[in-house]
Amino acid sequence: MSFAFRSLLMRDLRLAARSGGSAFLALAFFALMATLVPLGVGADLHLLARVAAGVLWVGAVLAALLSLDRLFQGDFDDGSLDLIALSPLSLEEVALAKFLAHWLSTGLPLTLLSPLLALFFGLSPLGTEMLVLSLLIGTPAVSAVGAIGASLTLSLKRGGLILPLLILPLLTPVVIFGAGAVSTALDGLANGALGLLAAFSVAAVLLSPFVTAACVRLNLAG
Amino acid sequence: MFRYANPAQFMRLSGLLLPWVSILAVIALAIGLFLGFRVPPDYQQGMTVTIMFVHVPAAIVAESAYALIAVASIFSLVWRHPLADTAARAAAPLGAMFTALGLITGSLWGRPMWGAYWVWDARLTSFLLLLFLYLGYIALWNALEDETRAARAAAILALVGAVNLPVIKFSVDWWNTLHQGESILSGQIAPVFLWPLLTMALGYVLLFVALWLVRIRTEIVNRRARSLMQRGEAA
Repeated sequence: MSFAFRSLLMRDLRLAARSGGSAFLALAFFALMATLVPLGVGADLHLLARVAAGVLWVGAVLAALLSLDRLFQGDFDDGSLDLIALSPLSLEEVALAKFLAHWLSTGLPLTLLSPLLALFFGLSPLGTEMLVLSLLIGTPAVSAVGAIGASLTLSLKRGGLILPLLILPLLTPVVIFGAGAVSTALDGLANGALGLLAAFSVAAVLLSPFVTAACVRLNLAG
Repeated sequence: MFRYANPAQFMRLSGLLLPWVSILAVIALAIGLFLGFRVPPDYQQGMTVTIMFVHVPAAIVAESAYALIAVASIFSLVWRHPLADTAARAAAPLGAMFTALGLITGSLWGRPMWGAYWVWDARLTSFLLLLFLYLGYIALWNALEDETRAARAAAILALVGAVNLPVIKFSVDWWNTLHQGESILSGQIAPVFLWPLLTMALGYVLLFVALWLVRIRTEIVNRRARSLMQRGEAA
């Protein structure tokens, strides 16, 4: 990791950790969602345990989504993105640093909070273990694909409105296989879903910097 | 391909083609419907098999339209073909409508066949995703004000979403789906059903092409009108 990469990463992490930043907001949203769903669905713990994986996965994706539109937009608006683009870092490395920072400030904390929230649903220890593992593997993909959407909409004032429309269809395999991994484990079957989730995550994390950089370039050039 | 990048050339060629494509579309659809209503009842499905003649062609056009948008996006990004962006943008609402039509007719067919208007099997889910991909694509075009930026961004989005196309196509092979597997190319469909199906498919494709040409021509005329107005204001 070059010094420039590390500085950009630390800068984004510091911004996210501040009061106006995304880290706390995502955790709060996640916790609130995990509170509202049992209140809406009813207190039957058997039912809740069956839906826990899906609900928590959807909650994690939506919570991560909250701060995605500001991934590039803040820097674009005040001109820092132009300066960052002129730095020794390639735009691909910039994209990587940015979505890595996003994952470290939202995806990873969400993963760490999830066992506590799984308690609200009465999910078994095996299920919780699988949930944490699937979130750990899958949330980088959410940040990676989210970065693509963020770079497409970075010049929009209210780009946050169309961002979910752009990336949620692309994130459905993550939700399907992420929640599926938990239910497969609870059924005692061999876990193909986890393997497919890992494959998708690896592909997303590796390919997203190139797509994101292309989108940032086209927005900066205009 | 690049000869028709000149809008005037394109207008001339499409002006010649359009009446023929439209007439052929109407004829094909008429013949297809006529043949379709004359098929014997299927041994399993009875007369509801005729829903196939409106459902399958819609799905074929829906996927082909997205593939068309993906190819046009490549032309736009790699070779900077001037009309590729317009062509892609024009095709998207049509593709979205055919996707919606496929979903609705499929749902109506599912109720008598499977007992359910909707199931979350792989084919249906990926086809529903196709609709959302179309809507996102259209939304992105409308959201970005700068035309060039919008064109490039939409092209990239279309290519990212193109991953869904093989998923839809092979979903019935890769997963245990309730949806019918491959029966046209594998020759498992009886000829008495195959011919109305192919005729309707041809009719749908020609209909799509006719509407698509109309939309591209309209956009070209709109652009001319806009530049004339701007020149009028400047003068």
